Amino acid sequence: MIASVSLVIGIPFAAALVMTLIPSYRLSAFGNVLAMGATFAAGLSLLGVTQEAGTYFIIDDVNILFVILNTLVGFTTSVFSASYIGHEIETGRLTPLFVRFYHAMFLAMMGAMNLALTANNIGLLWVGLELATLITVVMVGIYRTPAAIEAAWKYFILGSVGISLAFFGTILIYLAGQAALGEGMPAMTWSLLQANAAKLDASLLNLAFIFLLIGYGTKVGLAPLHAWLPDAHAEGPTPISAVLSGLLLNVALYALLRFKMIVAAHPAAIDPGPVMIVMGLISLIFAAFMLYQRRDIKRLFAYSSIEHMGLIVFAFGMGGMLANFAGLLHMAIHSLTKSAIFFTVGHVAQAKETQRIADIRGLSVSHPALAIGLAAGVFAISGLPPFGAFMSEFLIVTTTFARSPWLALFPVFGLLIAFGAMLLRLQDMLFGEPVGPSHRVKASSLPLVLHLGLVLIAGLYLPPHLAGWLERASELLK
Amino acid sequence: MNYAYNVSHLLAGLMLVASFALLYQDRIFAVLNTFAAQAMLLAMSVGWEGWSQGRPNLYITAAIALILKGIVIPVALHRMIVRLGIHRDVEQVLNVGKTLLIGLALTALSLLLVLKVTAAAQNFTREGLALALAIILLGLLMMITRRNAVTQIVGFMSLENGLILAATGARGMPLVVEVSVAFSVLIALFVFAVFVFRIRERFDSVDIDALEQVRGDRK
Repeated sequence: MIASVSLVIGIPFAAALVMTLIPSYRLSAFGNVLAMGATFAAGLSLLGVTQEAGTYFIIDDVNILFVILNTLVGFTTSVFSASYIGHEIETGRLTPLFVRFYHAMFLAMMGAMNLALTANNIGLLWVGLELATLITVVMVGIYRTPAAIEAAWKYFILGSVGISLAFFGTILIYLAGQAALGEGMPAMTWSLLQANAAKLDASLLNLAFIFLLIGYGTKVGLAPLHAWLPDAHAEGPTPISAVLSGLLLNVALYALLRFKMIVAAHPAAIDPGPVMIVMGLISLIFAAFMLYQRRDIKRLFAYSSIEHMGLIVFAFGMGGMLANFAGLLHMAIHSLTKSAIFFTVGHVAQAKETQRIADIRGLSVSHPALAIGLAAGVFAISGLPPFGAFMSEFLIVTTTFARSPWLALFPVFGLLIAFGAMLLRLQDMLFGEPVGPSHRVKASSLPLVLHLGLVLIAGLYLPPHLAGWLERASELLK
Repeated sequence: MNYAYNVSHLLAGLMLVASFALLYQDRIFAVLNTFAAQAMLLAMSVGWEGWSQGRPNLYITAAIALILKGIVIPVALHRMIVRLGIHRDVEQVLNVGKTLLIGLALTALSLLLVLKVTAAAQNFTREGLALALAIILLGLLMMITRRNAVTQIVGFMSLENGLILAATGARGMPLVVEVSVAFSVLIALFVFAVFVFRIRERFDSVDIDALEQVRGDRK
């Protein structure tokens, strides 16, 4: 186990060091793809290792899923990033020196996320997430426009508050475990905490969970703690928007789920379910309404991420085998679809020299291929059949309906509202007379086709192996 | 209650007083001096915990707090402020009276909350934890009420002081975490420094209000 885990974490960090030495951006973009490809292979190798929990690292069905998703999307984003960065250098928005650091930071961020996902020590989990966040803060500000610096500053302030509260929550978990597990390492080890959850101090556990929910919830982008998210998505480079939405939100959610598993295993502690249901629904419905007022294409899809993270948190809040299954499936599908959308949006913004929806008109005339990609992405994220999101959303709604019919109305309501907004904005962008500048873009469509292809397959036919794996993971999350 | 607890309570209480002082200082140099004093109190408190709990590795954390947060960072910020020429008054959104009242309410809240929740627990300083939470909340309050990038940084670092106080007060919490906290403070500072210089470059000021004008959806 240790060999695979150290590869998953070590390759990106080692490659990040190498990247700082390569002056040519073409070479470093290629190296980035290569290193992420190797990391993805290392992620896949986790499928073959024995699942066990060590002092520092843990591998089980849940985090294998997260790691593979993380490394896959990281890999495809590095492919997209290579063509995106080439264009940014040509137009002079980024200088080669910045691109050097960009690649090094991209890899270090992937390594930090993998560290958080494989950690069995709750302190290490916190360190990984903290490191990944700080790196993305720098990446968001990389264009150094006033708007980018403002976005990075806001992200930094809200992110550090989240980080601090999560750390206080971590200390409280340690104190809760100290009496039962003894001083030192055992009370920081997640697998021991979870196995002995019933012996922990209930009232400390409750307090800890509130801090962790607010702390890590800020990073998941749950309303009303979401204020950093749209700015950070809109002002940073598009590959970073794709990684933020597709991956970093998931890693924060993963941390939240791990602590939920501890709290849920204690009979006398608060039930984390209702709290998560309420926060999830507020995010879902709030973001759905906010979609209507968006004028910036990247902000639009950033709010859509808040909406979907809300739905996923709602599903995990419902809990139980089926809802967890649907939540995991929706999380994977959202990651793949949303990063695919950001790939297209990146090319659209480069082709039209703007992120304003009002200035992106007539795409179907000027850039038919991009228009098809964007339409497919929007249909997929809105949960239209035959894409995978239809199945996962259908599962979430039906399992909720079976258990408490009235509650099911809220997610349905939010999803319909969001669907309307998405269609309106899509129509604005695809049709009408093209205005403003219009360039040809050298886009590599491979990442987009791969992601949407996977999402399509998931919607039509879920292979029994994958379904079985998701079932085992949902069983663990119960 | 024994002697060891009393000393750690005294030091934590003094740190809380420094947090209150940070709330109402309106000269930027006074803010830095108060922060340096709080960091030195933290170093003493961590050193005391290391001695009374018999954990010599805590001395490393104490040394980091003393050298880095007590001396290096305040001096560096001091120099930067002189170079930027912004050693004027610090603006606040709320007035001093209201800020202090909110600070008192937050302190009362954290004392009531922690003492109630940990009523059954005996193996750590409950009061220390409550005071640490109060320092964290006051740091948050300072970050909200200040409009200047440098004082927001100080607010964040004072919040980190509270976190380290809580972490070292928890008996036997592994060193891994303390080192990581110190490490993260370093990174945070690096990020902060980058930001301050970038903000300076763009706006000729480190006033966050200059940033606020460019917020929100571009119309």
